[in-house]
Amino acid sequence: MSTLTLGPSERPTRPTPASIIRQMGMLPVLVVLYLGMYALTVYVAGASGSNFLTLNNTMNILRQVSINLVLASGMTFVILTAGIDLSVGSILAVSAVFGMLVSLTSFAALSIPVFLLAGLACGLLNGVLIAFAGLNPFVVTLGTMTALRGAAYLFAGGTSILNEKIPSFEWMGNGDFLAVPWLIWLAVGVVAVSWFILRKTVLGMHIYAVGGNPQAARLTGIKVGVVLTFVYAISGLFSGLAGAMSASRLYGANGNWGTGYELDAIAAVVLGGTSLSGGVGAIGGTVVGALIIGVMNNGLTILGLSSFWQYVAKGVVIVLAVMLDKWRQKQQAN
Amino acid sequence: MAEGKLIFEMRGISKSFGATHALRDVKLPIRTHEVHAIMGENGAGKSTLMKILSGVYTPDAGEILLDGKPVKIANPAQARELGINLIYQELSVAPHMTVAQNVFMGSEPRGALGLVDERAMNRRTAEMLANLGARFGPTQLAKNLSIAEQQQVEICRALIHRGRILIMDEPTAALSDRETEQLFRIIEQLRDDGIAILYISHRMAEVDRLATRVTVLRDGGYVGELTHEQLDPKRVVAMMVGRELGDFYAHERRAARGPERLRVDAVAGGKVRPASFSLYAGEVTGLAGLVGAGRTELARLIFGADPKMGGSVSLDGRAIDVRQPGDAIALGIGYVPEDRKSLGLFLQLSALANMSMNVLGRHSRGGVMNERQLFRLTSDAIKKLNVKIRGPEGIVGGLSGGNQQKVLLARWLEIAPKVLILDEPTRGVDVGAKSEIYKIIHALADAGVAVLCISSELPELIGICDRVMVMREGQITGEVSGDAITQENIMVLATNAAVAAA
Repeated sequence: MSTLTLGPSERPTRPTPASIIRQMGMLPVLVVLYLGMYALTVYVAGASGSNFLTLNNTMNILRQVSINLVLASGMTFVILTAGIDLSVGSILAVSAVFGMLVSLTSFAALSIPVFLLAGLACGLLNGVLIAFAGLNPFVVTLGTMTALRGAAYLFAGGTSILNEKIPSFEWMGNGDFLAVPWLIWLAVGVVAVSWFILRKTVLGMHIYAVGGNPQAARLTGIKVGVVLTFVYAISGLFSGLAGAMSASRLYGANGNWGTGYELDAIAAVVLGGTSLSGGVGAIGGTVVGALIIGVMNNGLTILGLSSFWQYVAKGVVIVLAVMLDKWRQKQQAN
Repeated sequence: MAEGKLIFEMRGISKSFGATHALRDVKLPIRTHEVHAIMGENGAGKSTLMKILSGVYTPDAGEILLDGKPVKIANPAQARELGINLIYQELSVAPHMTVAQNVFMGSEPRGALGLVDERAMNRRTAEMLANLGARFGPTQLAKNLSIAEQQQVEICRALIHRGRILIMDEPTAALSDRETEQLFRIIEQLRDDGIAILYISHRMAEVDRLATRVTVLRDGGYVGELTHEQLDPKRVVAMMVGRELGDFYAHERRAARGPERLRVDAVAGGKVRPASFSLYAGEVTGLAGLVGAGRTELARLIFGADPKMGGSVSLDGRAIDVRQPGDAIALGIGYVPEDRKSLGLFLQLSALANMSMNVLGRHSRGGVMNERQLFRLTSDAIKKLNVKIRGPEGIVGGLSGGNQQKVLLARWLEIAPKVLILDEPTRGVDVGAKSEIYKIIHALADAGVAVLCISSELPELIGICDRVMVMREGQITGEVSGDAITQENIMVLATNAAVAAA
């Protein structure tokens, strides 16, 4: 015999704590890490001896984070389209060298545009090769990473280009505004612009669409090639800005600058919960990711850990944090 | 037929995901020598139930009895040990490995020195393939097999584990009629060998042919169980949707059609040979043909998704030049692709993103989106199309097939199309959503849209179309309209020349 029973059809919807935790992403990790570092410095130096929580040190952390954050913001755009940009460190070096060379000429006032345009041009090169020649992003940017590194050394003549008189952009690395270093303001500005583009504009929506499903994006009339070119171009532009920031801070440029920066930038993006397979993520996460790396670097230095151990610790934290994130997402899904 | 023995029982199974009750107090007895069909609309809880049985999910409440003793199934490996094997809708064979390697994946027979005993593996696979009547060998690469053959590989894989229960989730979705028939014979053979088979399907005809027993689910709840003798399509459909559907297709052919909308003249490209036809305002035109006849390819040419090798297209009497999808969209030509997951939807994104992707430009100023407008437009569409989602911010990936299809349709309705091409609009969609989609199609036609509907389900074309064109081997071989729209007439046009040429 068949039995007919009607199931209740009401499906209550209520806001869950899970959705709040999801909004916070990796923020709890950052907070725990920050407090943990503080506890460690207190343990090592005594409550009066720890200057980890001081305003001065906080500014230090933010200043140290600023350049990585600028690079990581560009990287966020790229990774959202399921791409990767390995060349950001090399672009930083090339544009820093170019800008410094210009600062030594009578066109010194044009240094800032030169930094930015050099970065933008490199990024466009990446973008065109990837979007229109249809090459794999990893391979293309591995190539430009290597080639541009060589170019930076060549343009710098194998040495450091130093210039103590850089009035047009000295403020970037050394000036303050409202008692906060310009380096930090610039990073905040880049994050704000990135957030606006990704969250508020049609282009931003298209970036998520291309990353989520390029085939479907094409069938809704999105010009996939243009979107891809844009993300690599903006990554290049931000790398150029990062080049200007480093050059200004150190009154010089050198062919080996920015070596390995791409990995810190990628780490910040991934720590921030952006998926390497594209379409999922946000700039806010990248900020948290960059801060996690910054707090680690700063805290471990204050603790007097050798830089070799710092590498080990950083690597371990990155993997642990991503494991934690994965576990958290699984808990939510189940 | 041997009398089925109760070997396995699920009782009072409940499972929630967040605030959603996916299953509530569901029971399921499983007997040997039986094919037990599970029916229900998409989202009714069939897949969740199967995932609980196969250890992917653990239930919040309820018990599972194996041979009368309660068991806990904590993970898929454990389910396999208990003899429960699930063959997923999406097949999971490794394309670059041989058939035998796929069959024995994870349980390779060991020979001397603990090395894989390749010979034993191939021999045992060959025996099993022969049993199943397969026409391929154990050393062939899996990527060279058809979907049906890959499915047989998965069945072999289940049998190697001495499966007692075989769960098949819509196994015929991607199979031709001949392949389906072959699969049915295999299923019947397995059944007679004493294996309990759970068969999930939307298709009444299949269930009628195979099932010894049918359990119907609705909205995560248990509705009832029918034996084969009690099986009556109308009754099952009523149980699935909780109401009488009335006449399923509910459509009278329109006597008059509007003016010519789209004129396609000798358009060719890829495998499509020069094709000419017209679409008319207020008419639903079907495009029939066997799989691979070039229907999708023709649609993609018109839409600008693939480059045309020749021919011209005009819209409302004016020649148009569509080179990429964006051009077509701007002119009011929509194309809802066949494979919604890989070609249509952005599964990680929200309903808002998915539904408004085509009209972002219209609802923005200086490139900045008007979020309030988009939000309103999306919530309106959700209401209008009756999409079961928690709101415009809801992620599309977790929705059932029918709801996903509605989201995709909504995206195309937003452009207020003059011409809409639908490619297999109801594939993998349950009965309830199907009839809703048909209603939408008719409403569009009544509003003056020229609709072209590509479908492999002849009853669907016969039910909803005013006129049906037929393609074969890249060519339009004819069209039928009015009372001439019959299965026989269409099949003659779809296959005839192939027979004559042979």
